[in-house]
Amino acid sequence: MNNNLLMVAYIAASALFILSLGGLSNQETARRGNMFGITGMLIAFVATAIAGVHLNAYPLLGAVILPGAIIGAIVASRVAMTSMPELVAILHSFVGLAAVLVGFANFLSPESSLTGIEATIHQIEIYIGIFIGAVTFTGSIIAFGKLRGVIASKPLMLPARHFLNLGMLFAVLWLGYEFMGGSLLTGLQAVLGMTAIACVLGVHLVMAIGGADMPVVISMLNSYSGWAAAAAGFMLSNDLLIITGALVGSSGAILSYIMCRAMNRSFISVILGGFGAGTGKASQGSQPAGEVTPIQVEGAAELLENARSVVIVPGYGMAVAQAQYPISEITKRLRDRGVTVRFGIHPVAGRMPGHMNVLLAEANVPYDIVLEMDEINHDFPETDLVLVVGANDTINSSALEDPNSPIAGMPVMEVWKANTVIVMKRSMASGYAGVDNPVFYKENTRMLFGDARKNVDAILGHLSVQELAASR
Amino acid sequence: MTIAAEKQSDADGQYQPAAEPRRKRVGIPKEVFPNECRVAATPDNVKTLQKLGFDVLIEAGAGTAANFLDSAYEAVGCEIVSSAEALWSSADIVLKVRPPAMHPELNRHEVDLMPEGGTLISFIYPAQNKELLDHLAQRRATVLAMDAVPRISRAQKLDALSSMANIAGYRAVIEAANHFGRFFTGQITAAGKVPPAKVLVIGAGVAGLAAIGTARGLGAIVRAFDTRPVVKEQVQSLGAEFLELHFEEDGTGQGGYAKVMSKEFIEAEMALFAAQAKDVDIIITTALIPGKRAPVLITREMVESMKEGSVIVDMAAEQGGNCEVTQPGQVSRHHGVTIIGFTDLPSRMASQSSQLYGRNLCHLLDDMGGGEDYKVDVEDEVVRGALVLHNGEITYPPPKPATPPPAPTPAPAPATIAPEPKANINWGMISIVAAGLALVGIGSVAPESFLSHFTVFVLACFVGWQVIWNVSPALHTPLMSVTNAISGIIIIGGMLQISGAPTSATTILGAIAILIGTINIAGGFLVTQRMLKMFQK
Repeated sequence: MNNNLLMVAYIAASALFILSLGGLSNQETARRGNMFGITGMLIAFVATAIAGVHLNAYPLLGAVILPGAIIGAIVASRVAMTSMPELVAILHSFVGLAAVLVGFANFLSPESSLTGIEATIHQIEIYIGIFIGAVTFTGSIIAFGKLRGVIASKPLMLPARHFLNLGMLFAVLWLGYEFMGGSLLTGLQAVLGMTAIACVLGVHLVMAIGGADMPVVISMLNSYSGWAAAAAGFMLSNDLLIITGALVGSSGAILSYIMCRAMNRSFISVILGGFGAGTGKASQGSQPAGEVTPIQVEGAAELLENARSVVIVPGYGMAVAQAQYPISEITKRLRDRGVTVRFGIHPVAGRMPGHMNVLLAEANVPYDIVLEMDEINHDFPETDLVLVVGANDTINSSALEDPNSPIAGMPVMEVWKANTVIVMKRSMASGYAGVDNPVFYKENTRMLFGDARKNVDAILGHLSVQELAASR
Repeated sequence: MTIAAEKQSDADGQYQPAAEPRRKRVGIPKEVFPNECRVAATPDNVKTLQKLGFDVLIEAGAGTAANFLDSAYEAVGCEIVSSAEALWSSADIVLKVRPPAMHPELNRHEVDLMPEGGTLISFIYPAQNKELLDHLAQRRATVLAMDAVPRISRAQKLDALSSMANIAGYRAVIEAANHFGRFFTGQITAAGKVPPAKVLVIGAGVAGLAAIGTARGLGAIVRAFDTRPVVKEQVQSLGAEFLELHFEEDGTGQGGYAKVMSKEFIEAEMALFAAQAKDVDIIITTALIPGKRAPVLITREMVESMKEGSVIVDMAAEQGGNCEVTQPGQVSRHHGVTIIGFTDLPSRMASQSSQLYGRNLCHLLDDMGGGEDYKVDVEDEVVRGALVLHNGEITYPPPKPATPPPAPTPAPAPATIAPEPKANINWGMISIVAAGLALVGIGSVAPESFLSHFTVFVLACFVGWQVIWNVSPALHTPLMSVTNAISGIIIIGGMLQISGAPTSATTILGAIAILIGTINIAGGFLVTQRMLKMFQK
């Protein structure tokens, strides 16, 4: 296979990748989109294997490809949908690590025909590629740890952490300067030093970010892994890598932007981390007054039975309690009785973009009744009953009503406008943002305390008993 | 009173400065349209108008056709005026039902009876009656069209179209029952079993819903069809069956009407009607699309396929009819099927419809300030919507957002907003300039080979940007896992480096990169596939 054919194969693969991302724009075409992606990847792989790999290296190639594919397949088929965020995070770290390795391999490769400015640019490319890869690698590992619960999800606040980050960046720049000028050995020392610093930087960046900001972090790391691939493409003069890296990089960037907008915060403030630390005290003054009205499972089931239109608002609590299956069953029962049931999803509900949608899809909730916040917010006044399952900050009315609230201006699900709201919650503890939620104290709110899974199961039981009685 | 009158004439200046302090006079002429039995105010409404601070004049015999005798009007203190000319010339505000037309007895157009600068409130249908509008404009008239009242919740109490449609829907069923030779309700009698009548109502607007309710009340089995899925609940709440096409298209248009549907939809719809025509006894059609001829929904063949003795009530007869064989204004028979094409259903229930229409008018006048503070407030969304002529100026159709008021209130708003876009532009400019400078910088030092890659890179960024925006938020997680798998393309980088000596550092590092990259690819694609399989309707 000559070089032109390789180029053509790469063009085909790039086009397929673009089609793949385009296919994900809606549920009908999404599966075809995934097939496009797979096809593109196969074409790229085969073409490179034929044109770019020496015959002698085939056994080695096979020896690494096969185990890789098998491990990947096993992981993919075993992972639970609730731990999707972890899987995505750890896969990001793989890309980061691969980028670092490719960078080093390239740096150490003996043949180097480049001279003058081209050589300099090549070195810069290697340096940047390794840097991004290393940050992605350790950052993703920390994100994985936080999502797993291995590492506390509370933001780690080192004193002078901004200066620490700045200092590390300067060190990286200085090492870069050393790297350019020096021989192979000093260059290697410089790049190793930089890699170490970049790893620390990645850890520190993600450690400072708390659990509820994870959707932003995950999509940001997604973006980084793309840029790392693009940088590798530059250093290897490979357009396919550049295109793919840029696609992935911009996709992650857009997702981060969407997530930040959903929290009404700037990207920078999320990345710098430490949400709610300084403002927490200020909010104490505006403690909502009133009493909470608790409700028992029986009462909640009765309310559900008598409602004509119900909106269910899930949050991370639903994922933690694995309550999506009984919720789906309740939805089915109610729909069979002619009740309009819909789901309202806040863009940052859960721990990664689209997390809730995946869980509900897993539990066989039809996707056309799962709506976005903007689609459902104006329907709340006409809704009889809202069932909030493990969501807190995303339904906090103080975001709209209290300009001093730390989350003021964040778009929220306006559940309190419905006739009645049932909030399922473990206790009265405030959510991640540390802000008390006035919705809990409103007259039309009923609090159903306890484990979400148990409560939802109990409600389902009540509904079933009712049905049995009715069918007799 | 004097003060009020003066203030009011200052405010809008459309009435001659009141010579003597007197209450505003509302005039009710007799309707001149052939067979129109309604009247714009019943004695009951007159009482309301008087409470609002108006004097009411009525033309002799105006309410007779609706069973409101002159004596009844006199009894509530209404001034009876013997001739139409006298009434039109002495009233400040004329309330009518039908648009003004040629007066058959006087042989003069009603508009010409109007004093210069008078006010008229009635149905006008300004879109269809351009000439009438021009004619009224010549008289420098102020005209409020009851049919142009915006359909917003605040204006529901003066929505005369709805109140008339409600009556028409009721009457349509009564007319159908009159021409239908059987019971509506099923009965089992000593003389045998009577099956219930089956009624199909097409179009579940106000009229359709009224018809459904009435037919249900009489005991019939009622089915209804509408292109707007949102009315399903309303139909079901009245106890009728909602017929559905298993077809994804929402026909919801503006102002409570339906819009024109796609060809495929119409075909499916027609097939449904053809099947229903063979089964049902009575069809009531109410399908109207504003400003267009009514769609033909019941073809000649469908009529011929119906059982003998069936009845069709075509409530869209005035706009050409939903049934192919309708004769507007008439009852006709075709193949043993009676087709009722009356266009005056509300007028056939004149006392009820006069009462409701009169009430709508009272609400409008109340909203406009009553007799003492009466004024045409163009900033009021409801008044502005209904206002088709203001002092002779044609103000129809109303602007989409209410008329930009000349008031000073909005002026400060742009002033405060103004600096912001400015800052934005500066920011944008700065970043554009910076990007430009960066490009110049790169262009002046970088070699050609780098630039070609750089071109690809920048273009790919933009393509990604464009493509990702279209991704539905529900699919963000699959999107991430796909992009994750795709970014495993980094194995290409590893593959290009493993061709050297098998023990060299480059080869080993490359091989490890391939291994973990492959995990990524396989894992990412497979898990995406798994997730996408779960998304189902």
